[in-house]
Amino acid sequence: MTYNSETYKYDLKREVEKDERLAGGHRLCAGCGAGIAVRGVLRALEPGDKAVITNATSCLEVSTFMYPYTAYEDSYIHSAFENAGAVTSGVETAYRVLKKKGKIKDNFKFIAFGGDGGTYDIGLQSLSGAMERGHDMVYVCYDNEAYMNTGIQRSSATPRFADATTTPVGSCSPGKIQNKKNLTEIIAAHNIPYLAQTTPFGNFRDLHEKARKALYTEGPAFLNILAPCPRGWRYEAEDFAEICRLAVDTCVWPLYEVDHGKWKLTYEPKKKLPVEDFLSRQGRFRHMFRKGNEWMIEETQQYIDAQWNRLLRAVNTGKDV
Amino acid sequence: MSIRDRMSGNEAVAYAMKQVIPDVMGAFPITPSTEIPQYFSDYIANGEVDTEFVAVESEHSAMSVCMGASAAGARAVTATSSAGLAYMWELLYVVSSARLPVTMAVVNRALTGPININNDHSDSMGARDSGWIQIYAETNQEVYDNFIQGIVIAEKCRLPVMICQDGFITSHGVSNIELVEDDKVSKFVGEYAPENYLLKHENPLAVGPYGVSPYYMEVKRQQAQAMKDSMPVIKQTAEKFCEMTDRDYGFFEEYMMDDADVALVVIGSSAGTAKEAVDRLRAENKKVGMIKLRVFRPFPRIPLSRAMCKVKAVAIMDKAESFSNSGGPLFNEARNSLYDLSGKPYAINYIYGLGGRDITVEDFYDIFQDLYVIYYTDDPGDVYRYVGVRDSRFPDAVDLGRENDNDI
Repeated sequence: MTYNSETYKYDLKREVEKDERLAGGHRLCAGCGAGIAVRGVLRALEPGDKAVITNATSCLEVSTFMYPYTAYEDSYIHSAFENAGAVTSGVETAYRVLKKKGKIKDNFKFIAFGGDGGTYDIGLQSLSGAMERGHDMVYVCYDNEAYMNTGIQRSSATPRFADATTTPVGSCSPGKIQNKKNLTEIIAAHNIPYLAQTTPFGNFRDLHEKARKALYTEGPAFLNILAPCPRGWRYEAEDFAEICRLAVDTCVWPLYEVDHGKWKLTYEPKKKLPVEDFLSRQGRFRHMFRKGNEWMIEETQQYIDAQWNRLLRAVNTGKDV
Repeated sequence: MSIRDRMSGNEAVAYAMKQVIPDVMGAFPITPSTEIPQYFSDYIANGEVDTEFVAVESEHSAMSVCMGASAAGARAVTATSSAGLAYMWELLYVVSSARLPVTMAVVNRALTGPININNDHSDSMGARDSGWIQIYAETNQEVYDNFIQGIVIAEKCRLPVMICQDGFITSHGVSNIELVEDDKVSKFVGEYAPENYLLKHENPLAVGPYGVSPYYMEVKRQQAQAMKDSMPVIKQTAEKFCEMTDRDYGFFEEYMMDDADVALVVIGSSAGTAKEAVDRLRAENKKVGMIKLRVFRPFPRIPLSRAMCKVKAVAIMDKAESFSNSGGPLFNEARNSLYDLSGKPYAINYIYGLGGRDITVEDFYDIFQDLYVIYYTDDPGDVYRYVGVRDSRFPDAVDLGRENDNDI
């Protein structure tokens, strides 16, 4: 089947009544965005459809598939840190061949999950190759903005000024020096049929609809899901939903999609909140609120505004950023 | 009737690949193995085989594609050399521990440092502990035959297999070859029908877990057992292949060994050169012999040690340096295998042919002369030697007849 936004109507109640495809009892932390992102994506599968899930080495992998237990109801493969794109390419290619030869009858979907380390950084080449070759798959990055599995080291997804263990705040250091890489735009440059940025937010409608489109659009698709990490970002588990909302309402993490080349905002904050509202809830940015560090907040606001305006231009003109 | 043709080693292995009808090939070009995916792409373009070729962006992804495809239930193959094999390193271990029967054509080339495109065995020897079966070839015919057998061995043992040949020497050298008919090859290799695979809808499979300490060691022990158990499978596969082709293969080939005083152990194409030296010395009534090792993994420890014990002094030839200060990889394992035997021969290591350095009939002739010195004097001298190296600072340097080249 293919996705048709005209006939499809989101119903949270119906969605959460579906059988879980990521079983409880896995070892992810309370308040972790990874498990929520995975469940959100898998819920968008039609119940009768089968899936093979690939995982890059990550918190998610070591917490959900520790021998002899797996949390996945579907077939699952983990190989290494940097190759989820290529492994999924192999599985998807095998599916096409075996289907052509009449050895397989069922319909399968192919979903890869990687963290920002496995996606923005060490796995970028493998992901780029898979997207360029056009495999019918969905690559999902659960972006928690640092290498959380090894203990909160900076990644190219870590935002400027964040306190990470390889960019620690100190008397001579303001935290991370560089801005966050814009991976979603890099993937957009691959001209794949569908890609989007989302986060588990509100009634999950945004995440669900994007996952559904990604899964049921033929060809490669990419989802970048902001997935906060309570250990790395230093917030209380119960603040998870609020932090996701603030990321969206401050435009730190705009929700948009690029559907067959058409850039579209899927959510526009009624009132764009100041970036402090997002920063102040997280221990990793605490130093930005110390006296004398006002410039850090100012520069962050300027950067977020500039990025937001670039995105609006792309959306309004229908052209790439 | 078999088909007589003339082919390079690369074409021969690509032809064998076509005949085994893989489901998926993932490959990335690297000299000197590049022609294999090229020939194979031609076969696909001309409708001679219905394999899906995945033109990946790196060797790391080539092996990752093969892993995914194999786990999904497909017959998966690839080809590489040198730095390409090195780039796959991490995945070699992952694939073997997942017990996936990927078959890889390795066209041996020196590892970079400095960069060099010519033949030695440093690439596959570096991967010797990765849990892959390794089978080496002297000739184009052998690499063709080995590849067909490799598919059967891999799938029966659920272990990945490297089919190795010498870069440029056999990969690009054209020689006469006898090909097996397509239908016979199909019958010989059969269909890949794994018991469990990712796409088996009635029974989902999970591959590549986090192996906690209470389980990790058992996984490794099972791999070691599988390698041990592959010995009879390799033997039976060779016997079955011989019934089909009349071409006989063992773990190694013995040449003029029955009455030999001294002998060489050698891997790959240099065996042809060594045989010439053996013939020449035999014409001089010198009882010399040669052992050509075909299977390096699993290491045929017991039969090889027995064969070496037929002589009083054996030269073990390594086309790879391991910087261990105690000789090359073949030397260490072959010499180790002699330890428990009484009446064991003197074992001398020669490092040769690195980065494509020529080894000649004369070189082997001289090595046999060295062995006869040991034979008569019972003095092995330094057992860790080089042949063909050109630098007067080293005791084993040779004069290549050039002036002032010691400064190079």
